[in-house]
Amino acid sequence: MIAFFYISAAVALISSVLAISRANAVHALLYAIVSLLSVALVLFVLGAPFAAALEVIIYAGAIMVLFVFVVMMINSGPEATKQERLWINLRIWIGPSVLTAILTVELLYIMLLLPSHSVGHPDVGPKAVGVALLGPYVLGVELSSLLLMAGLVGAYHLGKHEEKRTGTS
Amino acid sequence: MTNIPADYGLFLAALLFAVGFVGVLARRNIIFILLSIEIMLNAAGLAFIAAGSQWGQPDGQIMFIFILVTAAAEVSVGLALVLQLFHHIQTVDSDAANSMRG
Repeated sequence: MIAFFYISAAVALISSVLAISRANAVHALLYAIVSLLSVALVLFVLGAPFAAALEVIIYAGAIMVLFVFVVMMINSGPEATKQERLWINLRIWIGPSVLTAILTVELLYIMLLLPSHSVGHPDVGPKAVGVALLGPYVLGVELSSLLLMAGLVGAYHLGKHEEKRTGTS
Repeated sequence: MTNIPADYGLFLAALLFAVGFVGVLARRNIIFILLSIEIMLNAAGLAFIAAGSQWGQPDGQIMFIFILVTAAAEVSVGLALVLQLFHHIQTVDSDAANSMRG
């Protein structure tokens, strides 16, 4: 069972190191997504499937989409299309694809070939997490919603009147 | 059934945190700095999950959810600031933003 942990931990470390050492931001984002997916598999093996699902949905889904949006906005321009043509290059996709294939094979092996309670069966299920989250931690939930509201307002304010600012300066 | 010692999870979290920390220190592109901060927050969440599964308590996963919320709020404001900075100085080099004159 610990082999699953080792495999996904190795993938997480390799992809994180590759993510921070790429020169190109889009290549780094590819490796960062692989890193987040492998950490999600580590969480699954550690017995927290709910946290693993949240990791995939929010980290690898929402937050990385924000990064991709910003990189694409910064790179917009005539020279970006030339760069875009360079990025559509199969050689770049080999590294993230191999790492993701390792994770996929591992997940399929756990899901299909092992008995269902041998790996990833939670000691603490999502129900216990939900009960504790809305019980003793309900103040934290309220504070989180305030923080998200502040983040929303801040991002909206910072991203808003761009033309006026550049027009006056 | 978690027969994986919590030490291994904590060790992996420490290594991932170190990788992210090196990224924050070594890179000058501000998008890479934000990405490294994401890796560090992720490692902190992993440490909470490992400790929580060791003790069989839901508190670790709850702290992971709070870290997730913090990361989401941080990255939205941070990327909006990156866009503003890019429109002002036309680069994402963090060393170029040293004037503070608006």
